[in-house]
Amino acid sequence: MPLFKARVLVSLRPSVLDPAGEATRAAAQRLGVEGVTRLRIGKAIEVDLEAPNQAEAQARLDLLCDRLLANPVIENWSVDLAEIAGGVEP
Amino acid sequence: MTIGVVVFPGSNCDRDVRWALEGCLGLPTRFLWHEERDLDGIDAVVLPGGFSYGDYLRCGAIARFAPLLQAVRDFASKGGPVLGICNGFQVLTEMGLLPGALTRNRDLHFLCQPMDLVVSNPSGPWLKAYGQGETITLPIAHGEGRYQLDAEHLDQLEQEGQVVLRYAQNPNGSLGDVAGLTNAAGNVLGLMPHPERACDPVTGGIDGRRLLAAALG
Repeated sequence: MPLFKARVLVSLRPSVLDPAGEATRAAAQRLGVEGVTRLRIGKAIEVDLEAPNQAEAQARLDLLCDRLLANPVIENWSVDLAEIAGGVEP
Repeated sequence: MTIGVVVFPGSNCDRDVRWALEGCLGLPTRFLWHEERDLDGIDAVVLPGGFSYGDYLRCGAIARFAPLLQAVRDFASKGGPVLGICNGFQVLTEMGLLPGALTRNRDLHFLCQPMDLVVSNPSGPWLKAYGQGETITLPIAHGEGRYQLDAEHLDQLEQEGQVVLRYAQNPNGSLGDVAGLTNAAGNVLGLMPHPERACDPVTGGIDGRRLLAAALG
């Protein structure tokens, strides 16, 4: 069975206020790092997944993201998917 | 007539809710462990506050998959009264029984204080003992209570009268000053304030009594 590695990025939708990001941006200024005009905090989630093919892996990840890893009311998500050469012995 | 109080790993207001229902109001209650699968003999369900499953991923996101909540979903769809308080409200939104989402407070603080709330629609089963426009005082205790929903759907909720409880002064950035809302049928109510902490005069007020008493009609 082929093995896939995915990196899921979950970010707050642009319309949703991110107070934690704003607080961190203020801290960046206190650190003395200039020019940070925008800072938004999201999540990166690493997933290893066995699936018969890339399309099936993508479909499972889409479901996982839409129904669990992200809350579409407030968050957007994207998936970066790659097959690992060799996969897993059946 | 029995009120079921759901207990998740990480719930921490379950005993407070039971104390308020039984000790202050004399209503029979039973704890419902999250792994139970049926609601036989239960006439109303309360999802209490706390940090269900550690609130990992997002508040209420993991609790949504508890076996008991499938039974709660069926119970709600048949018109059974369901009340979600604080984390229970977050769970109800993650389940999709209530629209929207609750996220981090605008000013990042965990807020623990009494709040004045305006009853904006008392027509449903939960708030029927309150007056239209009545101001009541209930404590809040949350870090993630900022209500979010896109403007179009929030407007729809307003028109349908589902925004039933509003902050008199918005503490956390909730859109529409939403403190509590119901589903379209009105039998499911979620609210961030804690009515169970306002049932005994010793703890500072009894405005929560009428709400909890409505669990059994």
